[in-house]
Amino acid sequence: MEAAVLTDRFPRTQVLPSQDMPTYQVAGEDLLETVRFLRDAQGFDLLADLCGLDWKDRTPRFGVVIHLLSTTHKEYVRLHVGAVNDAVPSVSSLHPGANWHEREAFDMFGIRFDGHPDPRRILMWDAYPYHPLRKDFPLAGIEVPLPAADVAEVTGQSVKPAPMMGGPFVSPGGKMSEGEPSALDQSWNEEKPKA
Amino acid sequence: MKTTKEISLGDIAARAEELRGENMTLNMGPSHPATHGVLRLSLELDGDTVVKCDPVIGYLHRGDEKIAENMTYNQFVPYTDRLDYLAPLANNVAYAIAVEKLAGLKMPERCEAIRVVCCEMARISSHLLGLGVYAMDTGAWTVFMYTFNEREKLYSLFEELTGARFTTSYTRIGGLTRDLPEGWLKKVEVFCDGVLKVIDDVDKLLTRNGIFLERTEGVAPISKELALAYGLTGPNLRASGVGFDLRKDKPYSGYEKYDFDVPVGTKGDCFDRYLVRMEEVRQSVRILRQACKSMPGGAWYAEDAKKIFLPPKAKIMTKMEELIQNFMIVTEGPQIPAGEVYFEAENPKGALGFYVVSNGGGVPYRLRIRGPSFVSLSILPVIIPGNYLTDIASILGSLDFVMGECDR
Repeated sequence: MEAAVLTDRFPRTQVLPSQDMPTYQVAGEDLLETVRFLRDAQGFDLLADLCGLDWKDRTPRFGVVIHLLSTTHKEYVRLHVGAVNDAVPSVSSLHPGANWHEREAFDMFGIRFDGHPDPRRILMWDAYPYHPLRKDFPLAGIEVPLPAADVAEVTGQSVKPAPMMGGPFVSPGGKMSEGEPSALDQSWNEEKPKA
Repeated sequence: MKTTKEISLGDIAARAEELRGENMTLNMGPSHPATHGVLRLSLELDGDTVVKCDPVIGYLHRGDEKIAENMTYNQFVPYTDRLDYLAPLANNVAYAIAVEKLAGLKMPERCEAIRVVCCEMARISSHLLGLGVYAMDTGAWTVFMYTFNEREKLYSLFEELTGARFTTSYTRIGGLTRDLPEGWLKKVEVFCDGVLKVIDDVDKLLTRNGIFLERTEGVAPISKELALAYGLTGPNLRASGVGFDLRKDKPYSGYEKYDFDVPVGTKGDCFDRYLVRMEEVRQSVRILRQACKSMPGGAWYAEDAKKIFLPPKAKIMTKMEELIQNFMIVTEGPQIPAGEVYFEAENPKGALGFYVVSNGGGVPYRLRIRGPSFVSLSILPVIIPGNYLTDIASILGSLDFVMGECDR
C-alpha cells in the first residue's frame, strides 16, 4: 500500500518515520473511517494488536497504537492515535477482537474508548482505583483495600506495595552499590527518593 | 373407573414457556481442572445449556510490562520464560528477535538455525502437553501419559542445552547464552524418531475414537470470518481455514530455508483444531531434521554487536577493551537505538508479539506483549453460548491457551 493512498483520503493523516512497517499518525476523528477503509479496501483484515502508551511530556499525554495485519498481502501497518482528553474512538465495532485490548488499555492507562460496548477493567479488579502502567505509578504499587470487602472486614488486611528489598532488583542485605543493576524507579527505596 | 389421558409431544411444546425454569449462574474456576490455570468463567445456564459466558481474567497478572520498563533488555529474558511457560524457548527467541530488529542486528546463520531448532522443540513440547490435556479433558486419560513421557525427554534435552529444564532463558540480545553442547544434535534426531511414534500412537488412540469424535466433532465451530474478526492466530486460525503462518508468510530467523507444510482445517471445530496440532508436530519434526542435518558452523552470536552482546570470557579476562565493554553492558544494559518496532513470531499458541518503544539506552520505554492466549480467550463469549456445560472442557482444551501469557 502506498502512503499516498491513506494521506490523500484522510488529509489529517501524517506519515511517521519507522524502520519496520508503514506508520501513520491518525487523527481521532478519522480513526474509525481509516480502520474501515484499511479493512475493506486494503485487505488489512486482522487486528494484530492494540495498546496504550504514556508519552509523559507530550500533549495529548496518552496515545493508542494499533497494528493491523493483512493475511492476504502479508503486510503490517501501524496507526498512532493521540488520546485527546484521554479518549479515543473504539474500533471494536469493526474488529470485535479489539474489545479486550481496549479494555486492557483502559485498565492500564485510563484511556477511555468512546462507543466501547463493555468498558470494564480486565486484568485488575473492578474497584481498583489506579492505572498501573502510567509512568507516575510506582513500580512497587500503592496500598489499596482488598477486592473482597468481607474478607477485609474480618482480617483487616489490604493490598500492600511489593517488598522490594531482597526482590529481583536488589541484592539481599546491605546497601546497593551505584553500579549495580537496579530498578529505575527507586521510589520504594528510603535512601534514594524518587527524582 | 380409571381414565387415561394421552399426552403428546405437541402439548409439551405448547407449554414450553410455562415449563422453562429460571436461569442459573455458575462460576467455573479460577481453580478448575478444565480451565488450565486460573481462568474463571462466569456462566449463565439454562438447564445444561450455556446461554451466556463471561470470562474473568487477571488472576495471574504480574505486571510484566511495568517490570520491563524498569530493567535492562537482558534482565527481562527470564520474564519471557514465564509468559507461555509451556514453550519458554520460543518466547526467548521471539523477544530477542524483536529487540534485535530495533537494534538493526543481523544474526549469523548458526545462531538463526539454533533458534529455529529451539522454536520447533518448544512447539513440539507445547503441542504434546496441549494434546495430552485436551484428550484428558474429553475423557481419554492414556494419551496424556504417552505425550508427557515424551515431553520428559524434551526437558532433558533443554537441560543439556540451557542448564534449566523449565525456565530456559536461553537467548540474549544479539545471540545466545552458549553454543550447542557436543553431540546434542544427534540426541535431537533420536528424539525426533521417538516422538513420531508417539504421535502415531496418539493418532490411533484418538482420531477415530468414538467418544472423542462425539465430544469434538462439530463442537464450537469458528468460521473463517469470525476467526479473523477476533484476531485469532496460530493453529486456532488455521483450523478455521485461513492458511496464514508467520513462518511461511513473514519468515524470520531463516525459516524460509526449511521445507515444511502448513496444515489448514476446513470447519474450524474442536476436532479440526486437534488435527491441525497433530500435523504441526509432524511438520516440526521435519524442520528439526533438516536443521540438524544442515546446522551451519561459525559464530553463534553477532560479533559486530559491540555494545549489545557480551564479549567472550577469555577476551574479558585478557583485554582492556572487552573488559570495559562487558562492564558497560552488564551495568547499563545493551545499548539499543531509539525507535519503535513490532515483531510477531509464530509461537505454538499463536502469534506472540512484542512492541518495543525505545528512547535509546539499555532500558525500554514501553514493552507491550501481545499474548496469543489473551486473544484466543476473547472469543469465548461468542463460541461458548449454545453449547452444553460439558462441552466447555473440550472447547477450552481445543483452544490451547495458557494463563501466564494471557494475564502477563
